[in-house]
Amino acid sequence: MNFDKEFDASGLACPLPIVKTKKSLADMAPGQVLRVVATDPGSVCDMAAFAEQTGHALLHSGSEGGKYVFFLKKA
Amino acid sequence: MTAKKMAIIATKGALDMAYPPLILASTAAALGWEVQVFFTFYGLQLLRKDLSGIAISPLANPAMPMPVPMPVIVSVLPGMQAMATSMMKAKMKKKGVASLTELRDLCQEAEVKFIACQMTVDLFEFDKNDFIDGIEYGGAATFMKFAGETDVCLFI
Repeated sequence: MNFDKEFDASGLACPLPIVKTKKSLADMAPGQVLRVVATDPGSVCDMAAFAEQTGHALLHSGSEGGKYVFFLKKA
Repeated sequence: MTAKKMAIIATKGALDMAYPPLILASTAAALGWEVQVFFTFYGLQLLRKDLSGIAISPLANPAMPMPVPMPVIVSVLPGMQAMATSMMKAKMKKKGVASLTELRDLCQEAEVKFIACQMTVDLFEFDKNDFIDGIEYGGAATFMKFAGETDVCLFI
């Protein structure tokens, strides 16, 4: 999947993956896609909850090479 | 959509109890919530510029995981609190848990409003110069004004 920006949250624990994802989205334009990579297992539920509450679309949530990968489309 | 609101009363100044208010406040702010944290009694320690004095004690803390089983009497020995604190901080760093300073900075950056309890400042004769900038000083009525409009209100 194509993306406009990437944020690597590997090694970060709650709440940093979410808080810093929010910061990464700040300078993006609506419709642009952010790819987030994380190692925190809690981020799977948290990213879905983040997307639901903020209106950003969680296009994909999966895992790659032992890490969690998310694609968020900015609202 | 109107932003949701959360108010937290932070009353504890130990390392473990310092985290929940800052984690919840920074997360809620990231979700677009309007957040205020009222720091009172020992919670006020979390507003100091220098947070290096924030500690954790295994004393009266039976649920704290220890590397080796330790009789309670050992926890009383001099240096045990410092040792427990440095071990906990090292573990947190290794596991990617943010420092208190980093979380607090993230809160302030996300416009979480910090209110320091004026009564506690007076009670313990704290010097306001020891506290970070960008905070307000107020009392219970200040807190209630916002708390009354919130969706989530927590006492920690």
